[in-house]
Amino acid sequence: MTTETIQTSPRRKGRNFALLSSRAGAAFLTPAGILVSLFVIVPFFWVIFVSFTNRTLLGRTALNPEFVGLANYLALFDPATFFQRGQFGFSLILTTQFVLASALIGQALLGLLLAWLIQTVPPTVKRITETFVIAAWILPEVVIGFAWFAFLDRDAGTLNMILTSIGFPPGDYLLDSPFWVIVVFNTWRGAAFSMMLFNSAFSSIPPSYFQAADVAGASSWQKFRDIGLPLIRGHIVTDLILITMWTFNTFTPFLLTNGGPSYRTELVSIYNYRVAFQDFQFGKGAAVGVIMMLINLAFALVYLSIGRKKKAPKT
Amino acid sequence: MSNRLRSLALGLVGATALATPAFAVDLDITCRCVIGGVNSATAEWLEESVIPAFEAANPDISVTLNQFGGEDAQLTQQLALDFSTGAGPDITGFDGFLIPSFAEGGLLKSLDELVGDDYANWEGWEHISPGIRSILSYEGETYGVGLGTDVRMLFVRTDLLDQAGIDAASWQPSSWDDVLDAARKLKESGVEAPFQLNAGVAMGEATTMQGYWMALLGTGEGVTDAEGKYIVESKGILDTLDLYKTVYVDEGLGDQRAQLLADGRNRSFANFRDGKTAMLVEGDWFYRAVTSPGAEFEVADRDNVMDWKKMPAQEPGAGWNGQDFVSVSGGTGYVINPNTDSPQEAWQFLAFMMSQEQMTAFQDYQPGIRSRSDVPIPDSPFLTETSQALLPLTTARPNDANYNSVSQEIQRMTEAVVSGELSPEEAMAQYKSAVIAIVGEENTVSLL
Repeated sequence: MTTETIQTSPRRKGRNFALLSSRAGAAFLTPAGILVSLFVIVPFFWVIFVSFTNRTLLGRTALNPEFVGLANYLALFDPATFFQRGQFGFSLILTTQFVLASALIGQALLGLLLAWLIQTVPPTVKRITETFVIAAWILPEVVIGFAWFAFLDRDAGTLNMILTSIGFPPGDYLLDSPFWVIVVFNTWRGAAFSMMLFNSAFSSIPPSYFQAADVAGASSWQKFRDIGLPLIRGHIVTDLILITMWTFNTFTPFLLTNGGPSYRTELVSIYNYRVAFQDFQFGKGAAVGVIMMLINLAFALVYLSIGRKKKAPKT
Repeated sequence: MSNRLRSLALGLVGATALATPAFAVDLDITCRCVIGGVNSATAEWLEESVIPAFEAANPDISVTLNQFGGEDAQLTQQLALDFSTGAGPDITGFDGFLIPSFAEGGLLKSLDELVGDDYANWEGWEHISPGIRSILSYEGETYGVGLGTDVRMLFVRTDLLDQAGIDAASWQPSSWDDVLDAARKLKESGVEAPFQLNAGVAMGEATTMQGYWMALLGTGEGVTDAEGKYIVESKGILDTLDLYKTVYVDEGLGDQRAQLLADGRNRSFANFRDGKTAMLVEGDWFYRAVTSPGAEFEVADRDNVMDWKKMPAQEPGAGWNGQDFVSVSGGTGYVINPNTDSPQEAWQFLAFMMSQEQMTAFQDYQPGIRSRSDVPIPDSPFLTETSQALLPLTTARPNDANYNSVSQEIQRMTEAVVSGELSPEEAMAQYKSAVIAIVGEENTVSLL
């Protein structure tokens, strides 16, 4: 989405080089345009429309939904229930904490650390590390979800087997600290992206900078702080915004906890799923979806504006 | 197209045609049943008895069984989405309490509308009582055929009770205190989680029917009052939630994890099988299918270590209808997908499945109380005793389109208490506002 937007203007200037007449070009674009409007734009407005009704899947309001105006939104933001467990506000706060802990601190920091560390290790170690981290990223979500579920199980889980074999007491992680379980899970799962991004960013720094620093007797931390970090600042911003968006929308923790116990892991995406497809309240679910879309739009706008600033001096 | 390509294409067409024999009609039937897994007997009965016999009698109809291995709530979710988009199996197993909300939502058609005369003239209706027929009916219309009904009770492990110094054979609790006292003694004797009363969201309807409702009836109340209004505040609700709190939070008499984790119900079955739980409130299905020989949660030496007791009211005489003991009944059956291409053939199969001959054959796979009066109850002391003792005491869920949503709020309310997140008063306040949002304030009542 971003690259397209950025490249629009140069393309327009290069119209003379086009292979097709503008009419033929438009004709070729039409099928794709119809598909996009059918499957993206129509549902988009449909969801907004449904969010103003009390439509459900079961019961009376399934056949005869009524227009209820802002009632769904007012219910979501009802101050009397907003912060209650299992309500929209609760899952919004939970999601914010989740993004802070697992995306910003977990993925970005861990990715940065890994990327910095593998700059100096022998190539074999670097490649092995990369393989492991990337494996966590590319495996199918369902497989990962069930593997972690089995790993953490209190009675027969691998983690407790390891812990008890070295003399530690077993833990009941999925029940006692479900939030931290999904934080660790998401960190583990997504650190690869940050690591790869920062890795390529660090690689793009000319080695002579570091060599000069070595001559001046700089410590590793000084090199990281004064050379590495400032030169990859743009990458860090890109990374933070992307993983924030992804983590905000992620649904995979559902496979581990079902959003429970007692809503303690009900992220906004899971809350949305529950309201729409377990409680079958399509109207309210659509309202949640619209709010999520707006939040994502805000992320995207921030990202685009930063992207533009970054590109501006070059063009 | 080259000759080689052409012959390849022709060959492919030919092979495809050969691979699918030309049946006039293909029918799909889904049930929450898996051979070797949940409701294995039902799946075996369909695969081994019903389908072969039906196909032999109707050579132009082919029937395929889809074994659904997920939870009840997941099947409900799938059926709701399937039926609303025109997809789904032609015939499916269905829990009676869902009929009103599906029917109101336009996701089911009555058999009258879908099938017509063949349905109305079916010989089976003469042998199915109006009460049983009403389980799969709503506002005078019939939507499916019931398989049977059930009752709920307190299952006990006599070996553990005896160990704890309670004479299991003669013991019959007459109040909640009796149950709690026994649980405390069992706990002292080393039983990990002596008493299990279902709660929580993960168990779905099992929480409402086999847990909350069984306790609530003991306080003399129901989920709705005599006029059908939902009770959202009452002493009965508070006492019930306090009972949960005593069992799971204050005294640790039950396995809290089994109520909170996603696979909780199976955990509670496993606890009973492994002797970690001595008293469990469940439906007769627990005896007929869950713990039966060969099942996953088979209780070894069942006839010597397992027994059942009537679920007592809070105090003698304090129960629903002034009763000393309580029970609640539900029923399952089969419905036809309103979007099916072949409603007549689907009905033909359903009627065949529910014929006296096939229902009697089902008793060999899993003895039970069948919906047809011309199917003899097998010589099973358990079924005879429980149906005689509990059917007169039992009640049923409201036949109301909002019930399903209210039931989910009940599950949330109990989970909040069992997990220790909320006090009974706070949980009830949340329940009140949630139910008012579902049914409207005019359809609720406060008894406080």
